[in-house]
Amino acid sequence: MKFVKSLIAAAATLAAAGGALADITIGVSLPLTGPASGLGIPVNNQIKLWPAAIAGEKLKVIVLDDATDPTNGVKNAKRFVTEDKADVIIGSVATPVAIPMAAVAAEAETVQLALSPIGLPPGKDGWTFRMAQSNPVMAHAIVGLMKKQGIKTVGFLGYTDAYGESWLKDFTTEADKNGIKVIATERFARSDTSVTAQALKLVAANPDAMLVVASGSGAAMPHMAIVDRGYKGKIYQTHAAASRDLMRVGGKAVEGAYVVSGPAVIAEQLPDSHPSKAAAIQFVQQYEKAYGAGSRNQFAGHGNDTLTVLEKAVPLALKSGKPGTKEFRAGLRNALETMGRTVVAHGVLNWTKDDHWGYTLETGVMLKVVNGDWKVEQ
Amino acid sequence: MDFSIVSILMLDGVTNGAVYALLGLATVLVFSVTRVIFIPQGEFVAYGALTLAIFRTGQVPGTVWLLLIMAVLAAAMDVRLSWLHTRQAPRALKAGLTTLAIPVVVSGLSIWAAPHDLPLLVQALLTVAIVTAFGPLVYRLAYQSLADASNLVLLIVSVGVHFAMTGLGLLFFGAEGFRNPSFWDASMVLGPLNISGQAMIIFGVSLALIVLLWQFFSRTLYGKALQATAVNRLGARLMGISTHGAGQTTFAMAALIGALSGLLIGPTTTVFYDSGFLIGLKGFVAAVMGGLHSYPLAAVGALFVGLVESFGSFWASAFKEVIVFTLVLPILLWRSVAGGHGEEH
Repeated sequence: MKFVKSLIAAAATLAAAGGALADITIGVSLPLTGPASGLGIPVNNQIKLWPAAIAGEKLKVIVLDDATDPTNGVKNAKRFVTEDKADVIIGSVATPVAIPMAAVAAEAETVQLALSPIGLPPGKDGWTFRMAQSNPVMAHAIVGLMKKQGIKTVGFLGYTDAYGESWLKDFTTEADKNGIKVIATERFARSDTSVTAQALKLVAANPDAMLVVASGSGAAMPHMAIVDRGYKGKIYQTHAAASRDLMRVGGKAVEGAYVVSGPAVIAEQLPDSHPSKAAAIQFVQQYEKAYGAGSRNQFAGHGNDTLTVLEKAVPLALKSGKPGTKEFRAGLRNALETMGRTVVAHGVLNWTKDDHWGYTLETGVMLKVVNGDWKVEQ
Repeated sequence: MDFSIVSILMLDGVTNGAVYALLGLATVLVFSVTRVIFIPQGEFVAYGALTLAIFRTGQVPGTVWLLLIMAVLAAAMDVRLSWLHTRQAPRALKAGLTTLAIPVVVSGLSIWAAPHDLPLLVQALLTVAIVTAFGPLVYRLAYQSLADASNLVLLIVSVGVHFAMTGLGLLFFGAEGFRNPSFWDASMVLGPLNISGQAMIIFGVSLALIVLLWQFFSRTLYGKALQATAVNRLGARLMGISTHGAGQTTFAMAALIGALSGLLIGPTTTVFYDSGFLIGLKGFVAAVMGGLHSYPLAAVGALFVGLVESFGSFWASAFKEVIVFTLVLPILLWRSVAGGHGEEH
């Protein structure tokens, strides 16, 4: 009897172990708490809407909180690759957290789908693919509109962290190419409650336009500070501010602001000829059905696009190996680099071996805040 | 750097300094009576601002439910303690009901009032009532049983309470920030300065509270009795001063000050669930400058912190926090060298 029992137990364990190997393990690190939680929570909401399987393989999604702390992000990434044997790492949506995770992913030869536009030294992004539009792509759209409006000087008010720093660099490069100068630069921390002094200095320099680099509802405070100081020029925001929270917190003060965004946020206003229109509408309808009208935002769009990308790449990767093996991970990277044009809600991705950014220069859409709502600006 | 810029920066610095002064006062208050370095003071500020913001959207703020849960827990602890002491069921029940009374009344009022779009002032009063009711409950749940412990143990408990309240703040208010409407839209023009009604309210309330607290603790018998509990707990109890009552009263006052501060800063900035911590920390720096026992010095220290922060962000905005917090070091050095070993605390 004892022998039969242990035989049954052994059989059960073997069956369970066999089932686990066929799962695709996805490790997700998101800032669910901390200053960037307004970015992480929408992505988590979107992940909750994901299906249970891709291409017949069950999905095992592990979501961990990194609290907007780069050390936690690295800890999560290390745990994904060593303990959970993840096939793909997703994260983080906060730029300063995603950057050190890339090193862990590269060492473990695991694909990282970063949800923020992280800039890495050349050669270090072999395993990192960005789901967010790169800052140069979005800066291209902003500078294009600025040139049309005849703007010659710009004041910069942005975060002191990696997001603000990379925007400063990329925007200055793009602006210099088009004869626009950044004449004043002020920085502030994500958790600051007031930027009066910085706004004062910027308004005193009197540029033609201001660029505010901040994310989520935190983008309203610097914007309002500049308006409060009596600035009458045009104010631009980056794609991390493309959410309803900007209007909710900013109210009248953010009227007339220009925000660059991926196509997903204004799905219905896209022209029919836009390749992403169908995907964007599908994303918006699914997300707003679950979380309420008007809840769409830039970040949940990236969560949606990650699923689209995986649904296309996983069948190709399965030809190289079973999930959980080194061959599968290498096959996944290969698939992402060679699968060509992929239409997602946020634009058209086309990754190659040398280019892990993927979005074309035409991806950015300029939106204007009109009566508390988005309106596409041609 | 002309006169108008200097004056605007000074106004900004003094306005921020007034809010830090309120928090510094509350920190000094709590320390001088209970020897607790109350780090979660900032959380009361955030709760106050966000509770009012949720009222404005017509929903019942999550803080009401938290208040009820904490009240039930505290009442249960009181019933058990009373039963162990007296073995008389009616007295034990009475103890529990006394604890439950105010939180239940306040919560009931809030739940009734939330859907009705009451005027801003009424909602503000309800907010203050809710957050003030938190104070004694936090003391009862986290500190009362440890009241005799060393300062270090109480500090560690404070850190734990801070994390708990921040996490609960995220749960109840979500990750995005809120801004409240201004209480007084008037604005006074004084040369290059544009003093808003909100700034004037902040000055008025801060000044009133500073004077009130200072007089209360140095001139009245009850204030001195409260301070006696920090000097020598046993001696105070022998003299008939209820140390537990003193602790709860103090925490209620600290929560009241926190709620008022939250209402004051709500319109001037976007408040997130974790904004309270940094504001509370700067209030703590101000309290340190006051040696953790002097109210006027803490207020002066707070103004100093506000001004340094304002001018620091003008000249070197990337290093503003570094400048403000590095200030603590020379001040501490000077006070410990010049102050000597004085009172036994």
